[in-house]
Amino acid sequence: MIQKSLRPSHAPPEPRTVGSREARTPMPDSPAPPDRGANASDIVLEVDRLSLYYGASRALDAISLRIPRKRITAFIGPSGCGKSTLLRCCNRMNDLVDGVRTEGDVRFDGVSILGPDVEVNELRKRIGMVFQKSNPFPKSIYDNVAYGPRVHGVTGRSTLDAIVEKSLRGAALWDEVKDRLHESALGMSGGQQQRLCIARAIAVEPEVVLLDEPCSALDPVATAKVEDLMLELMKDFTLVIVTHNMQQASRVSDFTAFLYLGKMVEFGETDELFVNPREKQTEDYITGRFG
Amino acid sequence: MTTAATKRIGRPDGAPPRTPHGRHFIALCGGALGFCLLLVIGQVVLIGSQGLAYFWQADLELFTLDDGARLLGEVTARETYSPPDAAGLVEKPARIQLHVANRDLGASDFVWVDERRIVARTFPADAALLQRVEWGDFHGFVRRLRRGEQVVAEGEAAWAALLARVDAGDALRAQLQALEKGELDDVNHELEKARLAERRVELDAPAAPERERRLAAIAAERTRLDARFRAIAERTAALRAELDAEVVDLVTASGQEKSLPTGAILSAIRPDGMGVFAKSGLYLRRVWEFLADDPRESNTEGGIFPAIFGTVLMVFLMSIAVVPLGVLAALYLREYARQGLMVRIVRIAVNNLAGVPSIVFGVFGLGFFVYGIGGTIDSLFFEEALPRATFGTGGILWAALTLALLTVPVVIVATEEGLAAVPRAVREGSLALGATKFETIWRVVLPAAAPGMLTGLILAIARAAGEVAPLMIVGMVKLAPALPIDRHAPFLHLENKFMHLGFHIFDVGFQSPNVEATKPLVFATAFLLLVLVVAMNLTAITVRNRLRRRYASSGV
Repeated sequence: MIQKSLRPSHAPPEPRTVGSREARTPMPDSPAPPDRGANASDIVLEVDRLSLYYGASRALDAISLRIPRKRITAFIGPSGCGKSTLLRCCNRMNDLVDGVRTEGDVRFDGVSILGPDVEVNELRKRIGMVFQKSNPFPKSIYDNVAYGPRVHGVTGRSTLDAIVEKSLRGAALWDEVKDRLHESALGMSGGQQQRLCIARAIAVEPEVVLLDEPCSALDPVATAKVEDLMLELMKDFTLVIVTHNMQQASRVSDFTAFLYLGKMVEFGETDELFVNPREKQTEDYITGRFG
Repeated sequence: MTTAATKRIGRPDGAPPRTPHGRHFIALCGGALGFCLLLVIGQVVLIGSQGLAYFWQADLELFTLDDGARLLGEVTARETYSPPDAAGLVEKPARIQLHVANRDLGASDFVWVDERRIVARTFPADAALLQRVEWGDFHGFVRRLRRGEQVVAEGEAAWAALLARVDAGDALRAQLQALEKGELDDVNHELEKARLAERRVELDAPAAPERERRLAAIAAERTRLDARFRAIAERTAALRAELDAEVVDLVTASGQEKSLPTGAILSAIRPDGMGVFAKSGLYLRRVWEFLADDPRESNTEGGIFPAIFGTVLMVFLMSIAVVPLGVLAALYLREYARQGLMVRIVRIAVNNLAGVPSIVFGVFGLGFFVYGIGGTIDSLFFEEALPRATFGTGGILWAALTLALLTVPVVIVATEEGLAAVPRAVREGSLALGATKFETIWRVVLPAAAPGMLTGLILAIARAAGEVAPLMIVGMVKLAPALPIDRHAPFLHLENKFMHLGFHIFDVGFQSPNVEATKPLVFATAFLLLVLVVAMNLTAITVRNRLRRRYASSGV
């Protein structure tokens, strides 16, 4: 069983205790009727009986969950369980795949985002994303970070400079790269590239950042840095992270959803879910009996 | 190998041994590569050595033959041959080819002399080689320089005086050329405009008073221009008179006399008296003349600057046309079109387009660009110049567009490959930031695919620079009267005909009245074309590598 005490020594100086967290946030409930539990205004994303089909095969099956604001929510589950698919529904990245069909709804601040009249580019500005494999553009570090703001109409050298510095500081990368902002981003190390992608994502000041297995291609040191960063970012952003690393989920997340074969098995507070899972399947998975 | 080892991991008994590394196959592959390299190097060396030797001035040799005839010239070749009387000879006799020049006096530029007939071979230090405006070189001796009937200098003093006169002639010719290409050209240009304006009046057929007014204005302009023309003509006549004022009396090796105005002499040297250093200077000067001068005497003498210029400008225009066309087409095919049967058919068609014989493109260019579009432009905008065609005849623009069509498949294919190499993850990264598909393509995909596009351009340039067949029917000419760029607005005249190195090689080598003399010129021009194509390619490759460094990929 994984305990919070396993959190590595690089954790932020302010230890977060279960009590203090509960004091700050109302707890959303597990897959339950929408009116139960949390205060609706603190729910950023609400997934409501969402099913998703790739052609004829069903990848997600009537999933409902509510993601609280300025918290870290983790999706865990074995490969192919649909956790990445679920994540990519939140900013409509699944639109890029041919033959995708959805049922149910995803609401962002109470507004449905799956309809055809949704301005997808605006949505993606507000819900940013970091991918499994770092994917910096073949441009300079500066241009990578400034890309999003430029696309959204920010011009002016000084404004961009400020955004770039703020974002790189936010991604704990500034001190490492401030002297080579105009060198190619592809010359950075893997961990740096991933943090650059995070800086790029937060440069457009989204409300939610979706992270799709952000550390799966990184070594332990780089992983630790990114995890620290996530805890830091939680102050300003809502983070949703997909991971197949259960220690990671238990280290960084406040809430965890366990998905299996396209169904959501259990959703709850991370401590609760790892220490005292309600479902047999969850327990089997987190104790390593399968997956 | 021991028996035990063979037993353990060897082949079954009696089976022939395998060659694990395919040694013979490696040798075959290496041999094939070596042969290719040999061919390429051999080609460059042959063309380069023959071409570069053209500019070197050999000594003039004076042959005295057994019948007392004397020949003065440069030895250009020596070979053994079988003369009619050779039947009983043990050893085949040799003959020497001599470039005797003096085309206006003798029968031919080059003569073959049987070595057995030569009594004496000397290198007279006072043998002179004069490059003339007409009739090629003159080989002989300078007797005297005179103005009218009055002798200015004689004997050795005549040579020094002649050199001074040739230098003065250079300056006079430069003045004359400046006048002709400058002011005279301007006046002609204005006169042509006046003629077209008059024609316009006829076409417009305005009311009588308006017509009178316009015609009067044109007539006044004409009078003014005629006066200017006469003034210039007087000045050129004076310059010409000065050029022809002094006459040099020459005598050939065989004793024939010849008088020549000094103005007709471009340069005078005595090669036998020159050291290696002086000859090297001459060599460089000749290379420069070759590169910078206009051709003379139906391309057999002078330089090839118009051909270089035409080739480069045409390739440049072609690049400007082919890159946007090819890149946009590839973008649609790869990024926007639904990948299905239709796109596959289009792709096959594009690839096949690359295999269409170039002359077919030439025919298409003539029918579509020249007669179709050009003819329409003429009837709409250049009506007053008809029946003389402006755009409705071959020109550098149509040639460039025809070649752009010829090379566009190459650019499409290379660009598509470049686009396909941009990883999906990078596109998703851009889309996830809220960029639209167009912004993603414009700001991320296209820059990353730029090296691919440049590869396409490099291939297109390499193909276009060497293409001759289609150009012959869409605007390339043996001798273009004017460069496509001149001093009259709009400066770049896309309708002008142009010269091209590829065709120049063919023309000089195989259409020339004096094939023997121009043979080395073929090599020199071919070498230059080679250098030009390599230079253009290297430029494009440098740009591409710079881009690659900028967008250096690290396995993203």
